[in-house]
Amino acid sequence: MIGVVSYLVFFATVAAILAIAVLGLNLHWGNTGLFNGGVAAFFGAGAYGTLLLGGTPQDGHLGGFGLAYPAALLGGMAAAAVMAWLVGVLTLRLRHDYLAIATFGVAVAFETLMRNAEWLAGGAKGVRGFERPLRDALGDGFLYNLLFLVAVLVVLVAVYLFLERLIGSPFGRLLRAIREDETAARSLGKTPAQVRLTAFVTGAVIMGLAGGLYGTFYAFVSPQDILPTLTFQIWAMLIVGGAGNNRGAILGAFLIWGAWTASGWALSRFAPVEAQLYTGSVQFVLIGLVIVGMLLWRPEGLLPERLVVSQSGSSSRTQEGV
Amino acid sequence: MPEPVLSTRGLSRRFGALNAVEDVSIDIGAGTMTGLIGPNGAGKSTVFNLLTGALKPSTGTVLLNGRDVTGLAPDRLFALGLARTFQIPRPFARMSVLENVMLAPPHQTGERLGGRFLAWGRVRAEEARLRARALEVLDFMTLGPLADHPAGKISGGQRKLLELARVLMGDPAVILLDEPAAGVHPALTETLIGKIETLNRQGKTFVIIEHDMDVVMGHCAPLIALAEGRVIFHGTPAEARANTALLDAYLGVPVDV
Ligand SMILES: Nc1ncnc2c1ncn2[C@@H]1O[C@H](COP(=O)(O)OP(=O)(O)OP(=O)(O)O)[C@@H](O)[C@H]1O
Ligand SMILES: [Mg+2]
Repeated sequence: MIGVVSYLVFFATVAAILAIAVLGLNLHWGNTGLFNGGVAAFFGAGAYGTLLLGGTPQDGHLGGFGLAYPAALLGGMAAAAVMAWLVGVLTLRLRHDYLAIATFGVAVAFETLMRNAEWLAGGAKGVRGFERPLRDALGDGFLYNLLFLVAVLVVLVAVYLFLERLIGSPFGRLLRAIREDETAARSLGKTPAQVRLTAFVTGAVIMGLAGGLYGTFYAFVSPQDILPTLTFQIWAMLIVGGAGNNRGAILGAFLIWGAWTASGWALSRFAPVEAQLYTGSVQFVLIGLVIVGMLLWRPEGLLPERLVVSQSGSSSRTQEGV
Repeated sequence: MPEPVLSTRGLSRRFGALNAVEDVSIDIGAGTMTGLIGPNGAGKSTVFNLLTGALKPSTGTVLLNGRDVTGLAPDRLFALGLARTFQIPRPFARMSVLENVMLAPPHQTGERLGGRFLAWGRVRAEEARLRARALEVLDFMTLGPLADHPAGKISGGQRKLLELARVLMGDPAVILLDEPAAGVHPALTETLIGKIETLNRQGKTFVIIEHDMDVVMGHCAPLIALAEGRVIFHGTPAEARANTALLDAYLGVPVDV
């Protein structure tokens, strides 16, 4: 029993962390129409940043600055912000497909750099020597994991509320307008390039936060954690859940992570031994099918974007008889 | 001739070998309702694109209130009081009609990332004011009942009205309308023209591209006619009727005169 609960806690923690990254992507794609093909890079910047800044000194690679945990996490988010700002300044003025290619390239380059530059962050062996916050007080057992899940859920809710406020504000309206028709937005005095950059960096910071939490949870990060597969999974979560809808983004994260985990389990259990080598590839194909199926069957996702309407406006107007 | 608010000098634009606009020098008088006419492909919309910064001229200058604004971006020109609508409407399709209109006013506090969080009360007050004004403008344009519809789902004529409603929220001094009545229900055309004349009497300057000759002859003055990128006529509607060059330009060209 405790085994099942403990597994569910583990599952929910990872799903909730990924949900935060999906919320970041929703700000990019769902609200602003920015095609980020390199989610893993910003996620990775957060994870690596947090662990390098907050870890204990290690022989042979950079980092181990031993910063207090909140400072380390903020540092990881800042790393994602800087990366996004650089990519953004170089590409956001260009067409959307350039941004997709550029972000994809950045993610591949980042992963390659981390894999090969051992002096920087441990290379393929990854970053170790990170002590999870409050471990001394709480130990390493079930209690710690449970409280960590609670903390992640609190962050998830906070990010959700932040984004709901944001997209419900005139800033959010501006993002949608730029997504819908940039030329029309410009003709109404808006400055898309600047607004897109703001949205791009903000979304990347949220992805960096997710990465930081992910690194914290495992107290470890390696190039295996920031493969293009991750970007693909996070996209699938957003498309299935519903681009433009933050609740959809969270729902999609839990559904797809559940499907991913379940398919991995089923393949390892029922597939012939010689096929098990390819489990990852089979899962990859399955997720691809889910995305394609979703785009055909219900392109707006399970929870479609909601229209912002006049709220109290329409009824009071008819009363006034204007 | 009233003081010009918007002028061009030697304005030209080439697309490859095509001279879409050639050596156009015009003055738009303050407070006028100037009609810009000419057969299909004459270069009318291209002139609008050059005036509003959507396209850069090959040569020539654009002056707004006597200031050289050639090459300024559309958002800068909107801020300077020059607004335009599009021949093919460009609604923000997956936004409500109301949101389309509330977007337009410049300098909204909440448009900045931190605005919603740092100046919460102010943004709320601004939004309430904007919403009230947006509903007023929508009612004025007869779009009130559609406020909560997705802008992508309204008819072509209604989109034309929405374009004008959006622009009005920014309170520009000069408004360029590219075929505002095209696709608008005939019964509504008179209302629409009436609205434009009301705004014109309140001091706004209009330049209107229109193929409907009843609208042009009845409501616009002066008229400027383009053909093959060049100005072929500039005068009153009465003079236009008697102008043979103008008739020639239209001859053999299918227009709904
Ligand atoms: N972006 C462009 N690239 C290439 N050619 C263009 C472009 N825009 C316009 N043209 C060409 O320039 C000429 C003038 O076009 P424009 O749209 O200004 O005509 P118009 O007077 O508005 O015609 P209509 O009454 O049909 O709207 C046309 O031959 C058109 O094909
Ligand atoms: Mg035209």
